Amino acid sequence: MGEENKVILHGMWASPFSKRVELALKFKGIPFEYVEENLKNKRPELLQLNPVHKEIPVLVHNGKPIAESLVILEYIDETWMNSPRLLPQDPYKRARVRFWTSFVQQQLIETLLTVFETDGETQEKGVRDMLEKLQVLEEGIKEFFPDGNPCIDSNNIGLLDLVFSSVFSHYEIQEEVLGIKIINIEKIPLVCSWLTALNQLTLVKESIPPHDKLAAIFKFVREDALKSSSA
Amino acid sequence: MAEVKLLATWPSPFYYRVVWALKSKGIAYEFIEEDLANKSPLLLQYNPVHKKIPVLIHGGKPICESMIILEYIEEIWPKNSLLPNDPYEKAVARFWIKFADDKSPEIWRVFRSVGEEQEKAAKDSLEMLKTIEEHALGEKKFFGGDKIGMVGIAFGQLAQWLQVIEDVTGVKLLEASEFPRLQRWINNFKQVPVINENLPDYDQMFAFFKGRRQMLLASK
Repeated sequence: MGEENKVILHGMWASPFSKRVELALKFKGIPFEYVEENLKNKRPELLQLNPVHKEIPVLVHNGKPIAESLVILEYIDETWMNSPRLLPQDPYKRARVRFWTSFVQQQLIETLLTVFETDGETQEKGVRDMLEKLQVLEEGIKEFFPDGNPCIDSNNIGLLDLVFSSVFSHYEIQEEVLGIKIINIEKIPLVCSWLTALNQLTLVKESIPPHDKLAAIFKFVREDALKSSSA
Repeated sequence: MAEVKLLATWPSPFYYRVVWALKSKGIAYEFIEEDLANKSPLLLQYNPVHKKIPVLIHGGKPICESMIILEYIEEIWPKNSLLPNDPYEKAVARFWIKFADDKSPEIWRVFRSVGEEQEKAAKDSLEMLKTIEEHALGEKKFFGGDKIGMVGIAFGQLAQWLQVIEDVTGVKLLEASEFPRLQRWINNFKQVPVINENLPDYDQMFAFFKGRRQMLLASK
């Protein structure tokens, strides 16, 4: 690949923030080089690319770095305007997509982390919050699937789909490690059909890391968090 | 043009973000004051998920979350642009907008707490200011340019509310000598007519937040 238009994604295999950018690039058919970063031992190059947060993902396009996954996704959509369009054209609809994306990003991910990194009463409260928020999401996504039937394909997949999938497509592994049911088809049937539709897409299926590897890292993160909170 | 209404409360810095954006583009709007202690049916209808202000209501349709409102305003009324045209520069702007949103709450933690918690919040606030000083503000007059834009508006809390927090709590965060770029930006920002003419009265703000802090401390 020539220097012109060269795209490099610095990511981490288990990070949902990294995953959603990978998926966006793949769905849009944008060729890119992937660099796996070691977050326990960050390379000087990563610190140079993202000096403010020193985190992944970082997208480098034409030698210029962009950090923050949602910022990267909007950049991708504005730079490569082929299908799938990640955001609708209409400004009001765009605001709605951004609103619910922000809800998943801020509310759901934060609560999921609480459930993962705590136990006892704190975790129980986290689980209750999680279920409540998923109920809110269930109501919220009705405006995107007015006929109650999410039909997602590689031409219409969007920002909210990618963000939600990156966090929840592997929910079964999360539930297994936690020993807690989070995605309950009776309580959130529309969210479940949405997840099913997403998980049928080949690129999404291929993006989910192997079961044992993902389960192992989730267990490690949980144990590590519990240890340091009781230390 | 469809009606524009802004549901908000004084002296919320998020309300002022929207005011600055609307005024900089010459958009007329009706301000509807919300009482957060007694939330109106209007608020519950237009922002049922978060029940927070500001809410922009355009042609009867609600848009929530201040920075999402600003992106909407920019797209509907592109005149007097608040974001760069170039996709890369726009991405850099959005990076800082996100930073402003994620980190600004630290100064409010200073406002709401005492003792050790306040010390930690002060430390985190200083980290934030340091990052802005070293990475966000180049040598240009405003973030990324000669005119104010969405990034400056996103950091607007630092231009007046920060000082109120410092004066009410007695915790000094922004020493001009340590943060010369930031101080210069604040001075420039406050002199821009659309900002200057749309800043809450300092004494009224001080009285309001002083009262709030007293209530918070009494309840601890």
